[in-house]
Amino acid sequence: MSSQSVSPAVPQDVSETLPVERVDLRREFNEVGIGEVLDQLDRELIGLKPVKTRIREIASLLLIERIRKRMNLTSEMPTLHMSFTGNPGTGKTTVALRIASILHKLGFVRRGQVVSVTRDELVGQYIGHTAPKTKEILKKAMGGVLFIDEAYYLHRPDNERDYGQEAIEILLQVMESQREDLVVILAGYGDRMDKFFASNPGFRSRIAHHIDFPDYSDDELLAISELMLHDMNYKFSVDARQAFVRYIELRKAQPLFSNARSIRNALDRMRLRQASRLVADLDRALTSEDIMSLEASEVLASRVFSNTSAE
Amino acid sequence: MRVTQGCFSFLPDLTDEQISRQVQYCLARGWAVNIEFTDDPHPRNNFWEMWGLPMFDLHDAAGVLMELNECRKVYGDRYIRMSAFDSSHGWESVRLSFIVNRPKEEPGFRLERHEVGGRNIRYTTKSYAVDRPEGMRYGGK
Repeated sequence: MSSQSVSPAVPQDVSETLPVERVDLRREFNEVGIGEVLDQLDRELIGLKPVKTRIREIASLLLIERIRKRMNLTSEMPTLHMSFTGNPGTGKTTVALRIASILHKLGFVRRGQVVSVTRDELVGQYIGHTAPKTKEILKKAMGGVLFIDEAYYLHRPDNERDYGQEAIEILLQVMESQREDLVVILAGYGDRMDKFFASNPGFRSRIAHHIDFPDYSDDELLAISELMLHDMNYKFSVDARQAFVRYIELRKAQPLFSNARSIRNALDRMRLRQASRLVADLDRALTSEDIMSLEASEVLASRVFSNTSAE
Repeated sequence: MRVTQGCFSFLPDLTDEQISRQVQYCLARGWAVNIEFTDDPHPRNNFWEMWGLPMFDLHDAAGVLMELNECRKVYGDRYIRMSAFDSSHGWESVRLSFIVNRPKEEPGFRLERHEVGGRNIRYTTKSYAVDRPEGMRYGGK
């Protein structure tokens, strides 16, 4: 193989290994390091029980599949395309990023990058523009995960000549023929995704994992808010925490509640109020404790409370 | 006569797996891979035609292979080469180029001798294939 040594990328010799007879599952599990990823998932994502269960299942399947490959028990590569449905702010995008790293750790995608797109990046503006555009994105996503947010916008039932259909066809073709090169994840709100799948049966059947993201319970939302605050180096005072429990209850009853996203926005507004409260009294010496803690007054200043009291 | 241009041309033709390994090498170094084709393989022909645009921001060779197979479908009877462009400061040029597809038959080149003033001779190489119009060389459609 001396001739190959001149080439810049020396192809590695894939030595013919004999099929393995016995496998230590625990060692295999530790070696791959999915335990860490799954634990991290448990720690950093609150709630989402069905999602976590499904991810665990997929991870186990992939682990077994890896071992089977070593034992020469080849079977077809499992389809890993997924669809995430759920209300706004239930963590679909966050989970998609995690999935990519799990798949990468297990060696089912080679690079593990996530290319996140919406309709704009896939569909062109004039005839002949769509195919190159979609292919460009597909090429960038090869070896990783293609995450299509709000996938139902690809299909416009009211316009027969919409170029979205062309993008869908190219996607379907690649999803089928290059399954080992790329994993496609579609995401969107439940009811609209159902409509989308109904009008594109090809998509539904090519996606093996339909994962539904449930809404968060009040306790989970509180846990999420505390996790977010912790990440931002803030914390609730005892009173503020109690006030926030009530805030969540009231906010949930209001229209346009988008789960964790609403919580994040509420926290951001509270930070503003806290900052202006602190700045109002310029002569005070501040401790780090003062700077870090959010008081009940910040929570109670929210419009959510004033609306109910007005009623 | 086998055309030998660019890297690896004295080796047997690269298989698709070998091609994708090489492409991966280029991508790992942040070079943009580009597919070009021609039916005029004269060594001094610098202007091969481009298949699509150079592919920037790719992570995996599968994307390039996808384009290569598309190109082969259309121009399978011509020479196709990959070139890897390094855009980093100080280089800004092609770092690696190799042929990935060649016609079934390569008729080769002839050497023309021009007798000029005195007993001097000037030499020209000419590909037999280019005697035919573009697109019809190498048994094209």
